[in-house]
Amino acid sequence: MAVKFSPQAVKEFEETLARYPHKEAALLPVLLLAQREFGVLSDELVQYVAGLMDLPPSRVKSVVTFYTLFNTREVGRYVIRVCHTLSCALNGTEEVIEHIKKRLHIDVGETTPDKKFTLLECECLGSCNTAPVTQINDRYYENMTLELVDQILDSLE
Amino acid sequence: MEEKILLKYIDVPDIEKIEVYQKHDGYKGLAKALKQHKPDQIIELVKASGLRGRGGAGFPAGLKWSFVPKDSGKPVFLCCNADEGEPGTFKDRLLMEKNPHQLIEGIVITAYAVNCHQAYIYIRGEFSQAMKVLEQAIEEAYEHNCLGKNILKQGFHLELSLHSGAGSYIAGEETGLLESLEGKRAEPRLKPPFPASVGLFKGPTVINNVETLSNVPHIIMRGPEWFKGFGTEKSTGTKLFCLSGHINKPGVYELPMGVPLKELINNYGGGIIGGRKLKAVIPGGSSTPVLTAEQVEEVAMDFESLQAAGSMLGSAGVIVMDETTCMVDALANLTRFYAHESCGQCTPCREGVSWMAKIARRIEEGKGLEGDLELLLDICDNISFKTLCPMGDAAIGPVVSFITKFRSEFEDHIRQGRCPIEKDKSIKVRG
Ligand SMILES: Cc1cc2nc3c(=O)[nH]c(=O)nc-3n(C[C@H](O)[C@H](O)[C@H](O)COP(=O)(O)O)c2cc1C
Ligand code: SF4
Ligand code: FES
Repeated sequence: MAVKFSPQAVKEFEETLARYPHKEAALLPVLLLAQREFGVLSDELVQYVAGLMDLPPSRVKSVVTFYTLFNTREVGRYVIRVCHTLSCALNGTEEVIEHIKKRLHIDVGETTPDKKFTLLECECLGSCNTAPVTQINDRYYENMTLELVDQILDSLE
Repeated sequence: MEEKILLKYIDVPDIEKIEVYQKHDGYKGLAKALKQHKPDQIIELVKASGLRGRGGAGFPAGLKWSFVPKDSGKPVFLCCNADEGEPGTFKDRLLMEKNPHQLIEGIVITAYAVNCHQAYIYIRGEFSQAMKVLEQAIEEAYEHNCLGKNILKQGFHLELSLHSGAGSYIAGEETGLLESLEGKRAEPRLKPPFPASVGLFKGPTVINNVETLSNVPHIIMRGPEWFKGFGTEKSTGTKLFCLSGHINKPGVYELPMGVPLKELINNYGGGIIGGRKLKAVIPGGSSTPVLTAEQVEEVAMDFESLQAAGSMLGSAGVIVMDETTCMVDALANLTRFYAHESCGQCTPCREGVSWMAKIARRIEEGKGLEGDLELLLDICDNISFKTLCPMGDAAIGPVVSFITKFRSEFEDHIRQGRCPIEKDKSIKVRG
C-alpha cells in the first residue's frame, strides 16, 4: 500500500511550509510529522516525503540518517532512551540499563518480540540534575530507580 | 537571599500564562523598548550593560547585534539557540518550561534592535514539554499583540516560529544550527563569512542563547547600570549555574557572576553526596577543562577567573565528581560522547575523537599500552585548531586536562592493568 498523509497531516504539512521562506527549510519538521504518522522513516516514506518537498530522495535520506531521533529501522511502540552521559553515569544509569535489559530480555538496540519496547542509550538529555534520566517516547522520567523502572514498565499498555 | 533576575518569578503559579506574566512586569520591557527607544539605542543599552552570551563563548551581545549590516537589502533573521546539548547543562530547558514569555519578550526586543521580522527558536527535539509550553505561549503572545503585526500598536512587526531539532549536539553550534534550520544535516559552516553578514537563507542573522535573550527585557526595564550591579566588572549580571554529579542538591542556581565555586558547591549545592571528598569539577559543561579539588578552593565562577585558572565558564554546567570517580572512566565517557556527536566533515575530529574514545576506554579496562597517554596527547595536537568548527577543540578540552591533572591515575591503570579506583556508580539516594 502506498504511503499517504492523512487529511489532518496534510493540513499540518501546509501550516509547516508557511513558516519558512524556503520550502526546503521545512524538511525536519515534515520528517518529524511523517514519523509521527507512520512510526518508521522507511525508504518508501522517504520517497513520499521527497516528492512532497521537491527534493531528491537521497537528499532526504542523508538528513534522516544524520539525526538520532529519526527511526530508520522498525521500533517498538515505546522507545526507551536511557541517558548514559557523564552526570547520569555518575548517578547509576548503568544499573537502570542493566535492569531494563534483564526485565525485557533484550540488549541495547533491540526490540522486544511483541514489538512493544525498543531499548536505546542516548546522550545527555539536558536534565542532569535529575540523573539518572530516561526518555520514553516523548516523556522524561527523572531520578530513576529500579523500582521506578518496574512501575513505569508495568504501567505502559 | 540573593536578588534574582531570571528566576525571580519562576515559582509564581501559572507564570507561563501571559496574564500572570503581565502582572509581574511582563512585556513592560517591550513596551518601553518600542515606545521610548530607537533600535540603535537598544543596542547601546545592551552594550553598556556588558551582557555576554550565555551559550558558551561569552561574546558581548550588544556588540554582536551591532555587526548586522543596516543596508544589505536582505531580510534579517534572529535565531534563538535552544538546542541545549552540552553535557551538564540544563538551564535553558528550565527557562523555557517555566517562564516562556520572558524569552519571547527578549526575542521581540532583540528583533526590534536588529530590524528583524522573522525569528525562530531552534529547540532540541527531545524537549517536548518545553515545546508544548512555548507553542502555547507564542499563541498567547500573538493574541495579546506582543507578536505579529503592529506590536503593541507601535508599528513593529515580528513573526516567531518554533523549529524542532531531531537529535544532534552539533546543531547547537551556531552554523550547524543554521544548516539544520535550512533543512539540512547540521554540518557547521566555515567562518567567515560570519552569520551576522551571511547567515540563515543567506541573510544577516543573529544567533543568541535562551538565557542571553531572557536577560534583555530586564536590562531595558531597569537599565544597564542596575544590571552591572550584579557580577564582576567584565562578567556582568547573574548566571544560571547548573549543578550535577555527586552533589547533594543538584539543580539550577541563579547567582551573581563571580560567585566562588566552593560556595556554589557547599552552600547552594549542599556539599558532596555522602560527605565524601571532592576529587574534581568540570566547571562549564563537558568541553571545559577539569579543575582539581585544590583549584576548586580558589576559583570564582566568571569568564575571567575561570580563564585564568586554565578553564572556561562555558555554559556553566558544573559537574561535580567525588573521590569514588575514576577519572579514566569519566574521560572515556566524555570522549565517547564527542565521538558520537562529531558531524564527520573534518578528518581530525571524525577519526581522532573516536580514536581517543577507544584508547581512553581501553585504558580504563586495564588494557592500556605503554605510550597511550603520549598517543592521546598527540592526537589532541593533531586536532587542535585543525578543524572547521570549535567542536574539535571542545573534544580535546577534557582529554588534555584530565591527563595533565590526573596523570598518575592514568598511569596506574596502565601499569596495574586494571582500574584501581573503588568506583561508586550506583543510584544515589538523596535526602
Ligand atoms: C559544539 C558546540 C555546541 C554548541 N551548543 C550550543 C547549545 O546547545 N546552545 C547554545 O546556546 N550554544 C551552543 N553553542 C554556542 C553557539 O555556537 C553560539 O556561540 C551561541 O549560540 C551564541 O549565543 P550567545 O552569544 O547568546 O551565547 C555550541 C558551540 C559549539 C562549538
Ligand atoms: S570539528 Fe567535528 S563537528 Fe566540527 S565540523 Fe569538523 S567534524 Fe564536524
Ligand atoms: S547526563 Fe544524563 S541528562 Fe545530562
